[in-house]
Formats: sequence, structure tokens, C-alpha cells
Amino acid sequence: MTCTEFLKILDDVIDESIAVETRTEIEAHLRKCGHCEVVLNTTRKTIEIFRCHEIYEVPTEVSERLHMKIMEKCRKAK
Amino acid sequence: MSTIQPIAGQDEQHPDVALVERVRGGDIAAYDTLVRKYERQIFRIAQHITQNREDAEDVMQDAFLKAYEKLDQFQGNSKFYTWLVRIAVNESLMRLRKRRTGKLVSMDEDVTTEEGSVPRDFADWAPNPEQNYTQSELAEILRKTIQGLPQGFRVVFVLRDVEGLSTEETAETLGLSVPAVKSRLLRARLQLRERLTRYFGRRAPAVAQAAAAPGGDGAEA
Repeated sequence: MTCTEFLKILDDVIDESIAVETRTEIEAHLRKCGHCEVVLNTTRKTIEIFRCHEIYEVPTEVSERLHMKIMEKCRKAK
Repeated sequence: MSTIQPIAGQDEQHPDVALVERVRGGDIAAYDTLVRKYERQIFRIAQHITQNREDAEDVMQDAFLKAYEKLDQFQGNSKFYTWLVRIAVNESLMRLRKRRTGKLVSMDEDVTTEEGSVPRDFADWAPNPEQNYTQSELAEILRKTIQGLPQGFRVVFVLRDVEGLSTEETAETLGLSVPAVKSRLLRARLQLRERLTRYFGRRAPAVAQAAAAPGGDGAEA
């Protein structure tokens, strides 16, 4: 497996939707290629960081105000 | 923070279906429950697309109101959440169009860029690199990083990786093909990884040298 081939299936590797027979090839490539190993690990970490950290936090009072407005509009719409 | 909904089996009814039925029967309290369940996600998606707090607040209200008014049109062959996200994405794009005084805004904007499609920086990251920053510093880094992505990549990444929609649901929501979603997702992930490496990468001399080398198959074994 080449780096280009690995890169093409990187998403499938991350999403764990790889056929068993390809997995062996991937593992062999990663043992030889430090760069691809770094790309895989840091891409996984990238997703994890964005998933676990709230970057657009809504203060509770804003959230409550918006919630009340929505429900008020819906009641009127009926 | 992400909402990854359990995939309901064929015989298993998603809890939202019962709530939607109750709303259709006139029970507004059931809609209150649905709004509470998804308001944060809808706000986040709107904020990611519009990049503007006020617009995101307006989109959130409009999307929930529209969903309520159009609930009879909800077929139930997709999840309520996916249907709601589609409304919010469309509302967000309309809001952007207004800001840009009628200029067409689409999911295809800037997606032809080749930037970041090949990794160039191979510096490894320290374990838990986010711990070197305060919460607000980290949030600022993540905001700056994701805002730099072309819109068509950013929305795919947010729906698929942050909000936990499947590839098929993301495609359906954005009116894109599955291969288009996959291609944009890969490039979004790689571009974000590359940008975050500037903050999180360990700069040992040997690694720094590798980072400066042109990407592609330079590391091919």
C-alpha cells in the first residue's frame, strides 16, 4: 500500500468501515510509514476535539429567552 | 456535546415519532420537549453557517417555527432531527443571502480549492494537546480554525462529525450525493488537522524538517 492509497481510504479507516482483508495491509503500511501514522492519529484527534468542545456556547438565559420566544410563536401560529 | 442518535431497528420506533404524533394531535407540550432536545444543536449549526450570533438566534427561531407549521408535511421516512436540520440549513443559507444582498449562496462555494487536500505537516501532537490551553483559548483556536474552511466543507464536517449525522443523512440534508459528502468530509478533516497542527504540533528538529517538505507521497515506504 502506498501513502496515496492510504489517504484515499483514510475516512473509512477513521470511520472503521474497512474490510478485514484491507486492515492487514493498512497495519503493514502504518508500521513502515510514520507520516501516515501521524496523519491518522492527528485526524482522529481533530475530530475528537471538535466533538468534545463547545465552541458556540449559548448562555442559559439566552437559551431560555429563545426557547420562550419559539414556543410563544408556535402557540400564536395555531 | 454531539447528538449521535441510536439507530432504531426496523421494529423499533424512534422516540421522536411519538412526540411528533402528539404535536399533530394538538399537544404543544410535546413540541416543547422536541425544541428543548434539539435547540442547542440547531443553534450551533446555524452559527457555523451564518458565522453570526444574531443570525443564528433568528435562524433557530425561524427553523423551529417553520418545522411546527409544516409538521403535516413531515413524512416520517427520515428522522425528525434530520428533517429539522434541513430546514435550519436552508434558513441559514437564506439569511446569508440577505446579508450579501441577494447574492446566491450555495453549498458549493469554494469547494474547488485544492488547499489541504494533501497533508504537508507531519509533526506529531503532544498527548492531549488541548490541555495546554484554557477553555476560552481553545474555543478561540477551534473557532478560527473551522471558520477558515470553505463553507461547503465546513457544513459537511459539522453535520457529519460534530452533530453525528450519518454520511447518507448529511447527503440528504444538503442535497449532495454520498460521494460528494465523502470527498468534502475527507478534505475538511485534513484541512482542520493541518491547521490545528500549527497549535498542537510537537516541533522536534527532525519533524520540523519533514513538515517543511512537500507533501504527497514523500513519506512513501
